[in-house]
Amino acid sequence: MSETFGSLRLSGNARLDALDARTRVLAAFAAIVCVLVLRSPLALLCALAISLALIPLAGLSIGRVLRRLAHVEGFLVILVVLLPFTVAGAPIAHIGPLALSQEGLHLSVLLLLRANLSILILFTLLSGMEPVSSAHALARLGVPAKLVHLVLFSARYVTLIGEEARRLHDSLRARAFVPRTSRHTARTLAHFFGQLLVKALERAERVDEAMRCRAFNGRFPLLSTSTFGARDAAFVGLLACALALILLADRIA
Amino acid sequence: MAHIPDGILSAPVLIGGGALCIGGLALALKGLDERDIPKTAILSAGFFVVSLVAVPIGPTSVHLLLGGLAGLILGLGAFPAIFVGLLLQALFFGMGGLTSLGVNTVNMALPGVLLALAARPLMAQAPTSRCVALAGMVGALSVLGTAALLCLSLWLSSPAYAPTLAIIAATYLPLAAAEGVITALIAGYLGKVKPEALFAGTLPEPAE
Repeated sequence: MSETFGSLRLSGNARLDALDARTRVLAAFAAIVCVLVLRSPLALLCALAISLALIPLAGLSIGRVLRRLAHVEGFLVILVVLLPFTVAGAPIAHIGPLALSQEGLHLSVLLLLRANLSILILFTLLSGMEPVSSAHALARLGVPAKLVHLVLFSARYVTLIGEEARRLHDSLRARAFVPRTSRHTARTLAHFFGQLLVKALERAERVDEAMRCRAFNGRFPLLSTSTFGARDAAFVGLLACALALILLADRIA
Repeated sequence: MAHIPDGILSAPVLIGGGALCIGGLALALKGLDERDIPKTAILSAGFFVVSLVAVPIGPTSVHLLLGGLAGLILGLGAFPAIFVGLLLQALFFGMGGLTSLGVNTVNMALPGVLLALAARPLMAQAPTSRCVALAGMVGALSVLGTAALLCLSLWLSSPAYAPTLAIIAATYLPLAAAEGVITALIAGYLGKVKPEALFAGTLPEPAE
């Protein structure tokens, strides 16, 4: 819980914050879709180099981004390690009874590059975006109001409930609780989680009553001042050129 | 672990998953009164925080998926709750992906919601011990359902993934066991401390 939100950020005043939130969301989506259709590892490597170079520009710390990438790898590891052996094709090397196929290796390198590139795009364009401004962006992109309100409320209460979890966890540690694989741990953690949910529910009841007292009818007026300006147009233009170049290079390669 | 990142699945699977996810969200949001939104949101924040805590199993540890428990507490509302959780995880941690958000939501929410809706009538008049056992089964089976849906989305994407599916599915067995035990114990705890939490009338009922 300790290094949670926006911790990838080095400084608070990245140039990206000057952009309209909608521009960032749509740009991230366009860039990721573009990455998904790339077929040549060379083009993907170029794109990877570009996005790594953009990390400092987005106000992120490279070290922290790479460490975070390593955390995200969990799902990929199984696929990337197994595919070279399981995909049928021309064998290029043997490890014991297993044959390493060229097609499998190609596929696994493609997956590794695509997935990491997409995550880098998420990091550079969206991390450090205020949950409130991302919710506003969703609303102005036509997402239903109920869903936007859910996102707004959850993002707000995740921090508060996270603090509550930290307090409960501290009190467990003060009683010398060390999690192990045991019946005691299972019961303790279940009571911890149960208590957290009970507290969340009671907080929800209090918040609900307080909001009804203040005549909440289920709607928030969303006030947001950000508009699509010259800066956004320039950013979109540059990004479109870069994506077009990479796509072109991919088709030629 | 259940978050498929961008770049793995094929376009038809991503689009199909996205469509199913939008359908599930629309159905759930229709049944959700606008004034129930703070409750659903605060509980989904609670589930989000619980899923961040590592539960030790042997030498490693796992993070709970909580699809079953969310289904038991929120009913159909688990769909938007899990969607919001995944969205926040993608925005804050880069876990999962933007294009695979729909598929991931369906994979995690659908088994929990269906199993919880099936268990609801069985648990209504059952004695506490049977309630706890049923809750544990919903928790464990919803993890297995998530694993099955995840394998299905990989298999539909590319036949090249087929030989790896058994291994991926096997990694979910310890999680299913842990999730079953913890869900049962949480249900027992809630039964003692706040019995109205499990399918409470205070919470959004599924759309009739």
